[in-house]
Amino acid sequence: MTTSSITPYRSGRKPGRDGFAQLLRSEWTKFRTVRGWLYALIAAPLLAALATLAIVGAANPTRNPGAQNPGPTGPNGEAVTDQFEFAHQPLTGNGSITVAVTSLTGSFVAPPGGLPPAGWVQHSLGQGLQPWTKAGIIIKDGTKPGAAYAAVMVTGGHGVRMQYDYTHDIAGQGGSPPAAAPAWLRLTRSGDTIAGYDSADGTHWTRIGTAALAGLPSTVQAGMFATSPGADLTTQGFASNNGGQFSTLGTAAIGHVSRQGGWTASAWTASQVGLLTKANGPPGVHCGTGCVRAGSKPAPGAGFTAHGDTYTVSGSGDIAPYVPILDPLGLSFKGTLVGLIAVIALGAMFITAEFRRGMMIRTTFVASPRRGRVLAAKALVIGSVTFVAGLAGAAVAFVAGGHKLTQSGWSAAVFPAWPLLSAHGLQMVVGTAGLFALAAVLAVAAGATLRRSAGAIAAVIGVIIVPLILATLLPMGPAQWLLRLTPAAAFSVQQGTQFYPQVSHACLPYNGCYPLSPWNGFAVLAVWAVLALGGAIYLARRRDA
Amino acid sequence: MSPALQDERAVPRHPAAQDRAAARSALGATWAGLPDALHAEWTKLRTVSSTAWLLLVAIVVTIATGAITSSVVKCPGSCGADPAKISLTGVMLGQATIAVLAVLVMTSEYSTGMIRATLTAVPRRTTVLAAKAAVLTAVVLVAGTIAVLGSVLAGELLLPGNGFTAAHGFGPLTLVHGPVLRAAAGSVLYFWLIAMLGLGIAAAVRESGVATTLVLGLLYVLPIIGSLILNPHWERRFQRYSPMDAGLAIQATRNLGKLPIGPWEGLGVLACWAAAAMLAGWGLLRWRDA
Repeated sequence: MTTSSITPYRSGRKPGRDGFAQLLRSEWTKFRTVRGWLYALIAAPLLAALATLAIVGAANPTRNPGAQNPGPTGPNGEAVTDQFEFAHQPLTGNGSITVAVTSLTGSFVAPPGGLPPAGWVQHSLGQGLQPWTKAGIIIKDGTKPGAAYAAVMVTGGHGVRMQYDYTHDIAGQGGSPPAAAPAWLRLTRSGDTIAGYDSADGTHWTRIGTAALAGLPSTVQAGMFATSPGADLTTQGFASNNGGQFSTLGTAAIGHVSRQGGWTASAWTASQVGLLTKANGPPGVHCGTGCVRAGSKPAPGAGFTAHGDTYTVSGSGDIAPYVPILDPLGLSFKGTLVGLIAVIALGAMFITAEFRRGMMIRTTFVASPRRGRVLAAKALVIGSVTFVAGLAGAAVAFVAGGHKLTQSGWSAAVFPAWPLLSAHGLQMVVGTAGLFALAAVLAVAAGATLRRSAGAIAAVIGVIIVPLILATLLPMGPAQWLLRLTPAAAFSVQQGTQFYPQVSHACLPYNGCYPLSPWNGFAVLAVWAVLALGGAIYLARRRDA
Repeated sequence: MSPALQDERAVPRHPAAQDRAAARSALGATWAGLPDALHAEWTKLRTVSSTAWLLLVAIVVTIATGAITSSVVKCPGSCGADPAKISLTGVMLGQATIAVLAVLVMTSEYSTGMIRATLTAVPRRTTVLAAKAAVLTAVVLVAGTIAVLGSVLAGELLLPGNGFTAAHGFGPLTLVHGPVLRAAAGSVLYFWLIAMLGLGIAAAVRESGVATTLVLGLLYVLPIIGSLILNPHWERRFQRYSPMDAGLAIQATRNLGKLPIGPWEGLGVLACWAAAAMLAGWGLLRWRDA
């Protein structure tokens, strides 16, 4: 018997390598062949969607005064705030108006409950001038609140702006006017298009932008305006909120008024646009937990006076989209936490099971000695499957939840049911799926580091979910830092409220408002996941298996 | 080894009266096995390094969180706050570690296969569970007392500097004051009940990952969901009946009339959760194969 003559069969192909694709395949096989994990993967999105719908179902619009639209609706059907002092004349056909705003000042309107205590005032700009106190010129489809408009204005803290139809805001060149250097503003109507300009000297003009106001009638009201939003000085204390909203008055001195085109009248008519809104409480007084932003009452002192060629306009309110305090869809989306903890458990057990079941990890590391790649493959597999699961659960929760909110009586003007493929829908749904995936990766990293599922799960829940509880409990400052630094920052992708840079709002964690913008918050979690995985890979290389 | 004992091991247990009678006669007196079981459980608990680590982490996390909270909450701004609650905020975090310890006391035996040796040595499963509960109670009460005393001490030192003084209507935060003593002692009992909740759930599900997820889900996710429901009726229900919210009512020392649930009633609700979990764990442990 000549053993040497027997040549074992060799495939013509190159020998198999421990390529990353093979690693992914082996990890995927490990995942899909454990029945309990598959059940958990199916249960997680189901539970997330069911819990969200249950919370939406329990959210009762009749018990929440903020569920109704307190003000008018804008040209696109959205809820808006439209209150200002308006000195106007009819303008028929094309034409333009040019003014110079020489000063803009602000003051608090003494409310029935007294002026805000000194400690709160320092939060806002100056002694009543708000960052978005605004005055300038405006062309508007009549004086009805909610009508289409375009305006150029100076603001308390954001320089010269052109704004139109409530949601649009474009920055101009000029800064907020110091008394010495007036801000020159110009609006020009040409058909349905209104162009806004600003200038530092009245001769060199820069166009800020144009607004196409479809269906603008031939005769519009145009002129000077001033308004100033309420100062929202609500803060969060330990397990309590305090502060409130205080009305402010913005006063502008305007001169060098010149008009060209179809101006027919010679005198200015002063009107208070948007007198009283359906306010849900007395405006400007102390307003505690669960208080709904009240429409600001036109302040005493608002008005329009002419001194020869110069005019003084004082007004209170705002011309802006309405931003509600309540966020029923975003709050209900926290129901996905039920699915999230299942995903965290899944991620942790996906790795800790290797350390337990017959020392599987040794086989794994013998088969693929490059341990960093093993962990990366594990993270990729668990991240992908939980992303898909999260996407399914969040999409169902988003569509059904939004529909149910409108159906049960939450005002669609204030709480619109966003389409799934809108930017907002994608933010909430894809963001939640990404949150699931990154939480699972974080759990894999914690599991590889601690090697015990109980400890890993508790650690990940401790950094992702517990900060949410502490943030509703702690005072404003520490609460916001928790939501900036811990992985809980990523829950900002679940915010259902559309915020606008041109509307200030008190951002209370208690109300489900996050200090970081959605994708910045998400990036915080991503950094945590990457660092944790890096640490786990480092330890896996250094330690015995 | 008597035939009855062998029978106990070989045959799956059913709640049959003769089976229990046989076991009892084989073991002699009803409680004969308990001291030995206690000794065994104590040996198992103290010789695992994770026990000491988890207890240490529980103490450090509780005191550190309490001290940090006590140093950031200031009276102009949070004068409506309850100093006892502020100083004991850390209990909310420390409980997670206690729950993990309680879960591991039970489930680590299943993941290593140790449970078979345990049940062979002490076939009466009630005794096994009682012994585990007893040693867990002992270590949790000791660690809980240290954690709570440390937290109250930190609050006592830090809070007056933050404006929680007599000038703003706050008395000193000392255990001499009846409600503060109740809040502190109640917080230790809270830790203990969390341990029993964890032990019961772990005995029922036998898998450490699943048990931890269930316990922490009950503790942390239920109150979050409750606080988000835009319906005062349901919000109150969650505050009254979710284990953490109800149990932590024991820490309240001010405005007791406005609480969703009274201090002792709240702790009672948590005790019901813990008792239900222990009952389920005991029943499943008794009627199921190991």
